[in-house]
Amino acid sequence: MTTLDKILDEYPLPLSVKEEIKKELEKINASEDIARKVVERCYQVYLRNLMEPGEAAGIVAAQSIGEPGTQMTMRTFHYAGVAEIDVTLGLPRLIEILDVRKNPSTPMMTVRLLPEYATDKEKATEIANKIEATYILDVADLATDIRRMRIIVTPDEKAMSKKGLSVDEVKKKIEKSLKNVEVAEGEGKIVIQITEPSYKVLMDTLDKLKKLVLAGIKEIRRVIVRKDEESGEYVLYTEGSNLKKVMKVKGVDASRTITNNIYEIYEVLGIEAARNAVIREAISTLEEQGLEVNVRHIMLVADVMTVDGELRQIGRHGVAGEKQSILARAAFEMTVNNLLEAAVRGDVDRLKGITENIIVGQPIKLGTGDVELVLKLGSKL
Amino acid sequence: MIPKRIGGIKFEVLSPQEIRRMSVAKIITPETYDDDGFPIESGLMDPRLGVIDPGLRCRTCGGKAGECPGHFGHIELAAPVIHVGYAKLIAKLLNATCRECGRILLKDEKRDEYIKQIEERKRLNQDYEDIIKEVFRVTKSVKVCPHCGAEQIEVKFEKPTSYYENEHKLTPKDVRERLEKIPDEDLPAFGMNPKAVRPEWMVLTVLPVPPVTVRPSIILETGQRSEDDLTHKLVDIIRINQRFMDNKEGGAPQLILEDLWELLQYHVTTYLDNEVSGIPPARHRSGRPLKTLAQRLKGKEGRFRGSLSGKRVNFSARTVISPDPNISINEVGVPKVVAEELTVPFYVTDKNLDEARELVLRTEHPKANYIIRPDGRRIRVLDTNREELAEKLEPGMIVERQLMDGDIVLFNRQPSLHRMSIMAHYVRVLPYKTFRLNPAVCPPYNADFDGDEMNLHVPQSLEAQAEAKILMAVQEHILSPRFGGPIIGGIHDHISGLYLLTRGEKLFNRREVMTIIKPLNIEELPKPKYVKDGVEYWTGKQIFSMILPDISIEFKAEICQGCEECKKENCEFDAYVVIKRGELIKGTIDEKAVGAFKGIVLDEIIRKYGKERAKKFIDDMTHIAIRAIMYTGFSFGISDEDIPEEAVEQIHEVIAKAEEKVEKLIEAYRKGELEPMPGRSLEETLEMKIMQVLGKARDQAGKIASRFLGMDNSAVIMAVSGARGSMLNLTQMAACIGQQSVRGERIKRGYSYTNRTLPHFKPGDLGAKARGFVRSSYKEGLSPVEYFFHAMGGREGLVDTAVRTSQSGYLQRRLINALQDLKVEYDGTVKEQTSDMLVQFRYGEDGVDPTKSFRGKAIDVKRIIKEVMEEGN
Repeated sequence: MTTLDKILDEYPLPLSVKEEIKKELEKINASEDIARKVVERCYQVYLRNLMEPGEAAGIVAAQSIGEPGTQMTMRTFHYAGVAEIDVTLGLPRLIEILDVRKNPSTPMMTVRLLPEYATDKEKATEIANKIEATYILDVADLATDIRRMRIIVTPDEKAMSKKGLSVDEVKKKIEKSLKNVEVAEGEGKIVIQITEPSYKVLMDTLDKLKKLVLAGIKEIRRVIVRKDEESGEYVLYTEGSNLKKVMKVKGVDASRTITNNIYEIYEVLGIEAARNAVIREAISTLEEQGLEVNVRHIMLVADVMTVDGELRQIGRHGVAGEKQSILARAAFEMTVNNLLEAAVRGDVDRLKGITENIIVGQPIKLGTGDVELVLKLGSKL
Repeated sequence: MIPKRIGGIKFEVLSPQEIRRMSVAKIITPETYDDDGFPIESGLMDPRLGVIDPGLRCRTCGGKAGECPGHFGHIELAAPVIHVGYAKLIAKLLNATCRECGRILLKDEKRDEYIKQIEERKRLNQDYEDIIKEVFRVTKSVKVCPHCGAEQIEVKFEKPTSYYENEHKLTPKDVRERLEKIPDEDLPAFGMNPKAVRPEWMVLTVLPVPPVTVRPSIILETGQRSEDDLTHKLVDIIRINQRFMDNKEGGAPQLILEDLWELLQYHVTTYLDNEVSGIPPARHRSGRPLKTLAQRLKGKEGRFRGSLSGKRVNFSARTVISPDPNISINEVGVPKVVAEELTVPFYVTDKNLDEARELVLRTEHPKANYIIRPDGRRIRVLDTNREELAEKLEPGMIVERQLMDGDIVLFNRQPSLHRMSIMAHYVRVLPYKTFRLNPAVCPPYNADFDGDEMNLHVPQSLEAQAEAKILMAVQEHILSPRFGGPIIGGIHDHISGLYLLTRGEKLFNRREVMTIIKPLNIEELPKPKYVKDGVEYWTGKQIFSMILPDISIEFKAEICQGCEECKKENCEFDAYVVIKRGELIKGTIDEKAVGAFKGIVLDEIIRKYGKERAKKFIDDMTHIAIRAIMYTGFSFGISDEDIPEEAVEQIHEVIAKAEEKVEKLIEAYRKGELEPMPGRSLEETLEMKIMQVLGKARDQAGKIASRFLGMDNSAVIMAVSGARGSMLNLTQMAACIGQQSVRGERIKRGYSYTNRTLPHFKPGDLGAKARGFVRSSYKEGLSPVEYFFHAMGGREGLVDTAVRTSQSGYLQRRLINALQDLKVEYDGTVKEQTSDMLVQFRYGEDGVDPTKSFRGKAIDVKRIIKEVMEEGN
């Protein structure tokens, strides 16, 4: 342990600050005397910069995120770097994040690969083909024979081999997913014979066939392989998202693969990951719009959404709806229902929060309203 | 004195006994007033229910109008009716309990298990809605009562208030009888508290009549009385109730009675909630739906959001705002008429009696408007009673004195999106009729002067005034808590002014320097930089340095061209700012240095010298900037976008080339020679390529235009210094407006069957012109077709803004509602106050206030090291 570490150890500064001090001091090769002075000064400044007790941290955070909302755009734009994939940005995206939508409008994944695959374009493309949903029309032509009530599938050899599919596999897939049909193979073609001679059934079967996913992951509609200029590795960008399945694919570096579907992250990786996802997504949405918002505000929002171990949305069905106070809930939304329900339950409003105390006309317990020290008139200090 | 606090408010359902107990009058007649205009006894305006007419006294409590809160009456219903609000819960209860014995359709052990679970959740402050749901779900499927063995029939609920058992309708009376049988012990399993409610109370037998103070009638100009909606509804209820009773006594046939019962149910339902789905809302004679109980509480203008969470106030003013750079940022110019109306209380003590007397005796502006006697009576000070009042003045009275210079007031502009939307200013009473504010405080309020109005509030108590001065004053808010940078700073002319002053080496003689620094408090001029022929000359940079405190920083200015290799001090554009020991050595002051949101110099001053010094700097800066811009002269007009013929030709050439290129792309597409981009269709590829080509063409046109406009052009100065506008705006004015878009695409809507946008084009035309490319500039003017496309793009922008404001407003409301109860505790943790839930162990992981943080970092280590090193030397 160096003397610098020893000095730093004496002060309860946050880790990130300590690291920065260390880095900066090493850069100038500071003497012990100077180092001590710097650290002491840093600590003094740090103490001065601390949040004041009683501060309405929540309201400041809400304002800091809500206020720039008016300056955001509403349109869907192309994802930075990958022009091929459309991603919701701006205000709609921010609303989506805070609403914890289970199905965001533009789910997207950034799939990173294990080193041996990441440097090899062919291997990367192979994985891309493996996860991209392949439909029958991608690899074969379909023809209907109305007279004999059957569908003829003519596989395209080139496309088939590109996707790594064999005629036999396709046949098995079809057999498994379609009912009331007889599947036969001959001359490299697959013939699907409808057992019930009805035009409607034939057309229904055709539709079903078109929707049949032969290979890959259903949700992943498209995969684009890109070389990351910085690291020089190949990265897959997908339209559509299924974290659980993609993480299991061989060659995918599960630890560096992410999706923009926060609810999925919550389900697959848990609440802490969801918290980080909320922070990351919110920050990148705001940053993309050129708006500067301190992380601490977003962290607070993310923490409120995730404190009790479940991902709760900001609004009626989440944080605001689970408020303890009846009056606060009534003042937010669904006024009448909340009051009727409270009466049946015999609930008591303890008047601890802000709205409740505003309603009954009492000082709120925040900032200067939170001080309990009272000086009696005429008493000596 | 420590004020008493309300500990809590308990919610319960009113029992019929309770309703009768609190009632002061039984209401039986639907008439309200007799022919002489007096309220009828036992009518809806019964004098025992309270008073609304001034002068009369309440028959129950003896209070005058305003003192008497009003008293409830009641109506005995001839037959029970369902309470709409609980109709659904009643349905669930009917299906969850035995139709014979009234017990819950669960074995006792099972019931207790559920109750235990609910209790546990309650103890942990958790939601138990799901358990109740499960209880109702489980009991609904039980076919035979586990207690008495009776077979169960499913009760079908039909909105809003009907119940059927095998096509047989249950009357409210039947329902009530069944609910009566449910024992108290079973209720907790349904989430009901037997202490607060009995299920049969959800079927009404007595209706409380709210006091007249709740539903005051208004007297129209014609002398006619106009009753409140609630009164109208109650009249309906009483009328039907009476008819029902008469018919029942007269032995009317069952069918007629049932119809009347239905009608009574309808009236009571709409009395409680007039927006129930399934039944037509009760209407006023004019056809307007009545505003009944639920409507009074609901929504933005309802009781909760409109009258309880937000209240109307006195001691406030509102008028148009206009700029005045000569007042300080923490001042507000208040029109004299406003100042003469608003008052500040002056508490009379034996020590300031003379002062108070003098105030009362004054006949001019800061005079007394009212005197409040210790008994609360408020007396207007008039010419006639002035001397008498002054004489009678004694300690304990309050003199309401007119607003005057130096008073503290709160100033606000809606929408109040962040805390900087309400700040405290010191009053400057000024002539004319607008509020005046320093333009540097426009950014936090998001104000401009195109007709904006702002509100002003006068804090009345000393505590409020102290808080306003210490916590809300403008200088306390120079740094924004959103990003920890300055949000108050130079805008528009401040930036152009300082840019003109500090750019290059402008020379000023003594007289000129004096003109510029006239409003500043400078005692000694620095040494002139040049002396030519015995005349002293100072540079603009020297003038700016006069207002700088001792700071040393270096940074790239807004005008920085972003050269590949920065030449730093030797920048040929004078874009590298060097300030040493409070002296501007090199570089130009522009938006990056002093602008709101960016201002590096401002940031440095506030961190090194504090808020007061920063305030002074902004004040001084506005002063010299305004004077500098006046000295130089700065104007902007339509001729400023004139570009020579040569430039116009070049621009046209560039655009023509681009259009040609677009044609080529389309041809390639038609021939099928276009290679699609990966993952895109051929059409999308074509569109993207065309957009690219046209975008590039506009940029080129812009570059040509700016080359010919030169750096001395007013518009260019404003754009590069960051004062106002952008190079894009300039390009559009002088060179080419460019592609118009709807939904981020070229304009394609129009005649879809021929695939063209307007009949001026051939079917299927994909060319630049046909898809909304505007080649003209604003100066040149648009062709009719271009104008149309431009209007399309413009309209989309307007719709976008309108949609966005409502959406972001709702988002903000939700955020505030979710986070409002969070507080930083003394131990640095963040807790939710209502549930004591610990949200963060340490605020923001390091406990640092974002306002004080240095661009998000806890502390500015580099700066501290620099300081320590400097001290060491």
